[in-house]
Amino acid sequence: MKRLVRVLGVLGTVLLAAAAWAGSGISDGVIRIGVLNDMSGTYSDLAGPGSVVAAKMAVEDFGGKVLGKPIEILSADHLNKPDVAANKAREWYDKDKVDAIVDLPTSSCALAVLEVAKQKNKITIVSTGASTRITNKNCSPTNVHWTYDTYALAVGTAKAIVAEGGDTWFFLTADYAFGHSLEKDTAEVVKASGGKVVGAVRHPFPSADFSSFLMQAQASKAKIIGLANAGADTTNAIKQAREFGITPNQTLAGLLVFLTDVHSLGLETAQGMQLTTGFYWDYNDETRAWSKRFNERHGRMPTMVQAGVYSSLMHYFKAVEKAGTDEATAVMKAMKAIPVNDMFAKNGWIRDDGRMVHDMYLVQVKSPSESKGEWDYYKVLRVIPGDEAFMPLEKSTCPLVKK
Amino acid sequence: MSEVFGIPIQAFLGQLLIGLINGSFYAILSLGLAVIFGLLNIINFTHGAQYMMGAFVAWMGLKYLGINYWAALLLSPLVVGLTGVVIERLCLRRLYQLDHLYGLLLTFGLALVVEGLFRQGYGISGLSYPVPKLLQGGENLGFMYLPIYRAWVVVASLVVCFGTWYVIERTKLGAYLRAGTENPRLLQAFGINVPVMVTLTYGFGVALAAFAGVLAAPIYQVNPVMGSNLVIVVFAVVVIGGMGSIFGSIVTGLGLGVVEGLTKVFYPEASAVVVFVIMALVLLVRPAGLFGREA
Amino acid sequence: MPARGNGRWLGGGLLLAAGLVAPYVVYPVFAMKVLCFALFACAFNLLLGYTGLLSFGHAAFLGSAGYVTAYTVKSLGFSPGLGLLAGTACAAVLGLVIGWLAIRRSGIYFAMITLGLAQVIYFLSLQLEFTGGEDGIQGVPRGVLFGVLPLDNPLVMYHFVLAVFLFGFWVVYRAIHSPFGQVLKAIRENEPRAVSLGYDVHRYKLLAFVLSATLAGLAGGTKSLVFQLASLTDVHWHTSGEVVLMTLLGGLGTEFGPVVGALLVVTLNNYLAGFGSWVTVITGAIFVVCVLAFRRGIVGEILAFARSRSAPKDP
Repeated sequence: MKRLVRVLGVLGTVLLAAAAWAGSGISDGVIRIGVLNDMSGTYSDLAGPGSVVAAKMAVEDFGGKVLGKPIEILSADHLNKPDVAANKAREWYDKDKVDAIVDLPTSSCALAVLEVAKQKNKITIVSTGASTRITNKNCSPTNVHWTYDTYALAVGTAKAIVAEGGDTWFFLTADYAFGHSLEKDTAEVVKASGGKVVGAVRHPFPSADFSSFLMQAQASKAKIIGLANAGADTTNAIKQAREFGITPNQTLAGLLVFLTDVHSLGLETAQGMQLTTGFYWDYNDETRAWSKRFNERHGRMPTMVQAGVYSSLMHYFKAVEKAGTDEATAVMKAMKAIPVNDMFAKNGWIRDDGRMVHDMYLVQVKSPSESKGEWDYYKVLRVIPGDEAFMPLEKSTCPLVKK
Repeated sequence: MSEVFGIPIQAFLGQLLIGLINGSFYAILSLGLAVIFGLLNIINFTHGAQYMMGAFVAWMGLKYLGINYWAALLLSPLVVGLTGVVIERLCLRRLYQLDHLYGLLLTFGLALVVEGLFRQGYGISGLSYPVPKLLQGGENLGFMYLPIYRAWVVVASLVVCFGTWYVIERTKLGAYLRAGTENPRLLQAFGINVPVMVTLTYGFGVALAAFAGVLAAPIYQVNPVMGSNLVIVVFAVVVIGGMGSIFGSIVTGLGLGVVEGLTKVFYPEASAVVVFVIMALVLLVRPAGLFGREA
Repeated sequence: MPARGNGRWLGGGLLLAAGLVAPYVVYPVFAMKVLCFALFACAFNLLLGYTGLLSFGHAAFLGSAGYVTAYTVKSLGFSPGLGLLAGTACAAVLGLVIGWLAIRRSGIYFAMITLGLAQVIYFLSLQLEFTGGEDGIQGVPRGVLFGVLPLDNPLVMYHFVLAVFLFGFWVVYRAIHSPFGQVLKAIRENEPRAVSLGYDVHRYKLLAFVLSATLAGLAGGTKSLVFQLASLTDVHWHTSGEVVLMTLLGGLGTEFGPVVGALLVVTLNNYLAGFGSWVTVITGAIFVVCVLAFRRGIVGEILAFARSRSAPKDP
């Protein structure tokens, strides 16, 4: 017993010493990028360590140096806790002289870091965070929202489906702010495109069993069941819809579905579903080449947010080079001045509210017989031009937008 | 067609049935907790993790060894039950003479360890387990489409629940168990090896959780955190039923499944909290629980 | 007893010195986080360590007070002091309701009931409009305390948090060493005997519960001012589990144990954050080790060691 006490005592001392050490001796003259995301929770598969791999690839592809100064990558897990995220961000900006923080899944964490970065005048680039609040009410002059947002996903999918004749909708909505806004955005588009919303049911978040809600959806006789939820809720709903014979009689529309979700469900279950994505690895030669390299290092094909982390960092480095400094305001000005042209986006550009506007893709999940191998999951039905994909700037409630 | 509270009677029947299906999960899980509590006086916080392990072992068996669903239904509870035996021998055994709260804390810690390890190994997005061939498809009952697998879940869990009840309440072995609950020392004096009995009981309770896990695998995504929220609901079920009786925990489990199912129709927003609200109400009226004896 | 008395003064002195030096040695926000959790753990310890009631739903008080403070300060324009008061009051009321229900059962049932009721609070926080759901309440202004102290200055904020912590610690200390605290300990040791001595055990338990909830709320409100946000994390049952760990690791029923425990757990969370799921595994493993081999906790072991030194003949 006593020995245990002693060991723990030593351990404590070491921890404290480590804590103190971490706070001193920082050299500047280095471009430091912090990848802050969820390494163990809900988003660890679709962002997580894969985003760090993508960031490292960006550094290597840029030659490891900007303006002759080396680039360093730091990474940390915010555990999906906003206080941890905010704390880490403060520490990175203050002590470790981090110049930009990227990825930022979980809306609450992304928003918390945005607030810190705003105060400290530092760069943030959100890739995984999905909330439209990031470019509206809570927008920041030093932030870019890179890959997608809930509006783009919902709108792209809804418009296309209504145009194809899927004009009656029933929503399965996760009962919290995120689900509500997803439902609202989608319903507006459905109505504007001439469709009808026949009903909605709000399920608690998280839920494991959707059979009761699915039966209500079935009874509504709507052609389309819109899934205004995410993650395990979505995958469980899709799985059980198949079990209850709802698909293929009614079609599911996933409003926030990632490649990893489809991977975990399997094509047998997910086939036929339509969704919108900001990136698909098998889109053209360029995306294939990059994704293949990514797969070799990470063992999985990249999701859109991981590709987004790569793309956003390449752009950031270019901007630093152009601005000749890592000072946030100047870099941001350069980022907004240069068009985004890489394997991820063609002629993308950054708006005043921080939205990076680029083409999105409406895809359909292949059936097992159509798929030619592992990760061959989507066929691209339509390229949605950037101007159409994202919320128009006139509608933005961001105070930075001059009207 | 007639209506119940404004919804067509068919839909109502369908929802009742769905509620019963979910209730059978609650029933098996709360039964396992009650069996363990009865003899060990420990609230097994690891129950949710062990339910998850049951599903995972079935999945691993299929993926790596080609063990089919039916074998998994037997093997997985056995394997997970064995880990339970190890846990009891190595850890729980040391706590019996202490406050029961330590048992709760220990199993809570174990649950974290197990979930963390599975998360580290298999990520979070979950894995798919196919419905066995024999139970695929469904039957149109007129008022609803019933997947055959769901019907199987109800049947299987009811058989297991009432089998357990029968063994405990109507057989000699069960009599020893009940005697052990009342007075372990006296039982020991009669020549029964109480420590072994305690170990096996824990293993059995754990195996019940794993059995529920295997049943759940084809319905839900097999996911490292699939049990962590469920276990809290099951705790509430146990508080409502009172842990005094085996039969009580089964009935309460099924009943609350139905109540929750109906809430999902009439007021879906509240379906996550309805069990806890009922718990609060029961505490006001009958603090010992519906079937419990005041300790 | 003199040795113990000296130890207490020594402990208190060390604590105060560490508190005053901390912002110059470690990162101030980190130090503030430790203080908030230390207060939370002390409040929790009052219940578990001194009354023997294991609440597995204390996050409800921490989190709801955080929400109320954040909301009143940000949206209703309350001053930080008033917002903190509102948050604390909210936790007190919630503590009264939950405590009133939960003390109807004891032991393990009590733990499960508090867990269940806290879960209700969690779902409410997720669904209610003012909490912002998953986004939480962000960008809460720290404002100016009592019209003179600008809390935006990290050092001023730090000393404010330190003052709040010391106040809370003092309240707990006073409670423990008052006749009220003696009755609580009597309940912990032998409830039937306390009843037979004529004490209204239920009232004492409820009072302890409300006091503990109130202080937990004070910690939560302060935390929302420190981080300028309120979020679901603080009402999640993981946080309830974490505070149990802090108290257990530091030492159940010791005055300084929860503080040490909070320091260690927060440090662990902060500096092992890069290890992914291993943090969960390590946390769980510490739980197991504490329960199996180490039930007195760090401070408890040190005290026991000191006691065995001062009284070697003591069996």
